[in-house]
Amino acid sequence: MKKILSFVFALTTLFAMFGITSCDKDDEVTPGPLTLHFENRAGNSKLNFGQAYTNAAGESVTFSTFNYYVSNLKLKKADGTTYEVPNSYFLVKGDTPASQEITLQNVPGGDYVGVEFLLGVDSLKSASDISQRTGALDPAGDAQGMYWMWNSGYIFVKVEGTSPASTEAGNLFFYHIGGFGGYSSPTINNIKNISVASSMNEKASVSKDSHPEVHIYADVLEVFKTPNVLSVAEHSNVMFAPFSTSIANNYADMFSLDHIHND
Amino acid sequence: MKIKYIKLIALLFGLAFTTFITSCKPEDNQPDISLFLPANFPQPVYNTDTNPITPEGFALGKKLFFDPILSRDSSVSCGFCHIPTAAFSNAAHPVSHGIEDKLGIRNAPAVMNMVWHTTFFWDGGVHNLDFTGLNAIQNPVEMDEQLPNLMVKLKRQQTYRKMFTDAFGSDEINTQTLTKALSQFMAMLVSANSRYDKYVRNEAGGNLTPDELEGLQLFKEKKCNTCHATDLFSDFSFRNNGIKDSFDDDKGRFLVTLNPNDTGKFKVPSLRNLQYTYPYMHNGSIGTLEAVLQHYAGGVLPSQTLDSLLIQPDGTPGIPMTELEQTKIIAFLKTLTDPQFIKDPRFAE
Repeated sequence: MKKILSFVFALTTLFAMFGITSCDKDDEVTPGPLTLHFENRAGNSKLNFGQAYTNAAGESVTFSTFNYYVSNLKLKKADGTTYEVPNSYFLVKGDTPASQEITLQNVPGGDYVGVEFLLGVDSLKSASDISQRTGALDPAGDAQGMYWMWNSGYIFVKVEGTSPASTEAGNLFFYHIGGFGGYSSPTINNIKNISVASSMNEKASVSKDSHPEVHIYADVLEVFKTPNVLSVAEHSNVMFAPFSTSIANNYADMFSLDHIHND
Repeated sequence: MKIKYIKLIALLFGLAFTTFITSCKPEDNQPDISLFLPANFPQPVYNTDTNPITPEGFALGKKLFFDPILSRDSSVSCGFCHIPTAAFSNAAHPVSHGIEDKLGIRNAPAVMNMVWHTTFFWDGGVHNLDFTGLNAIQNPVEMDEQLPNLMVKLKRQQTYRKMFTDAFGSDEINTQTLTKALSQFMAMLVSANSRYDKYVRNEAGGNLTPDELEGLQLFKEKKCNTCHATDLFSDFSFRNNGIKDSFDDDKGRFLVTLNPNDTGKFKVPSLRNLQYTYPYMHNGSIGTLEAVLQHYAGGVLPSQTLDSLLIQPDGTPGIPMTELEQTKIIAFLKTLTDPQFIKDPRFAE
């Protein structure tokens, strides 16, 4: 009797083990890399600095800077669960192709259908002490020109260029948009939650053998439209000001997931 | 045998004692870098646990503070506008002078008792001591230097490579080590040995004259101590004290919060070392203490955001004070002068 019991127990254990193993496909347990490629666009074409485009107000605009912070990345699986990329702070710079390719290592294996992130730097990090300001967040390093020294905080989105419509010297226009909500007194918060997914239901399959690349478009002309038409003639220079929230509401929808490579 | 034994013990004791003395004696030309936390001050805000003050870090911070290399054209240092003998303010200059004789719009405040401050600069735009230097270095009308370029310049100097290594264990000069060194120096700038301090701490030399004591009493009666609170003589809040009635040239705290109620408000300054830190107010527009008291007595300009403490029940702006009362308050304010602080050789350039 005792023997039979132990046999049943052993069998059950074996089944259970087998069951667990068979339920997890190999590629799902094996982590792998995933690359997010940010491609800067101007409407239907690739954004070229120095080339003239027409904004929603019908003004000619030529760009020289298009930088933005991507932080707190989350990868979304089909079943609705998400993988939070730890300590993810990236600065995408228009003039630095390497910054436009963000490769995440050790992403848990599986099929991902969407990407979520903050456009900007979260308030906790924005108020953190100097020891946490490394890499993309180093005011004297990568964040140079993307940090307000006089009003401690990051510039989340920086768009600069020239336009005949500008009222500034040299026809320059400047949009330096930031504001994390304030440290001791509440103020504007221009951090935006971004969520993109493939309209074709494409998936990024991460495994040790597959290194998917997710192509995300960032359309600079969206900074000038929906819900508010931004006219360079009316606002040639917007930095830390109440009107910046209108521009932030525009850039909230400048991202789209264009396509995914799985190779 | 017995005597030999005793001799040996005596020798050993002697040796141990000598070693003890030697190890406790601070090395020559190494200043005392223990942070002075006066008994009459509240708890400090800056956490030195994240940046422990060391002789090497302090020495490096001091060198950086007084080195014009921090400015774009190597012309001005932090100490150029924050002069030790002026309690680290810029005496006789209404507004700060930057490189190429560029003028700022505000008076260079006294760098003292920094570890108790909750925010920095007149508008409180910076909320951590470690970030204060970065602002002055990059401000186009102050030092106008780009930080990455400053790093390159510092790394080129053997002296700095050695000093950063001594202070932080690596010759890697980066934002963390640069700011922390500067903070170590600034943190040490504690002024709390005025006659008033000695009076409240019952220390030798703490004698106040009857006029000064009456001034102290009036200071409280007139509610000056509501804003100039605690023995730091500031509550570090932002207030409009009626220096101006239009703020188009400088909106003060509004620039940081974008709250219209903050228009024309500036951080309440400490009243310590007033004799060294003239001229007064955020824009350095008042030259003497007599004129400051006259301002509060009869010169306060009304505006939307004027502090309610400066409005009398009948709506008249200002704090009613007779000339005699003003004289006595000034007598008291002068007891906040701390000559020991401005003469401290540890802080001198």
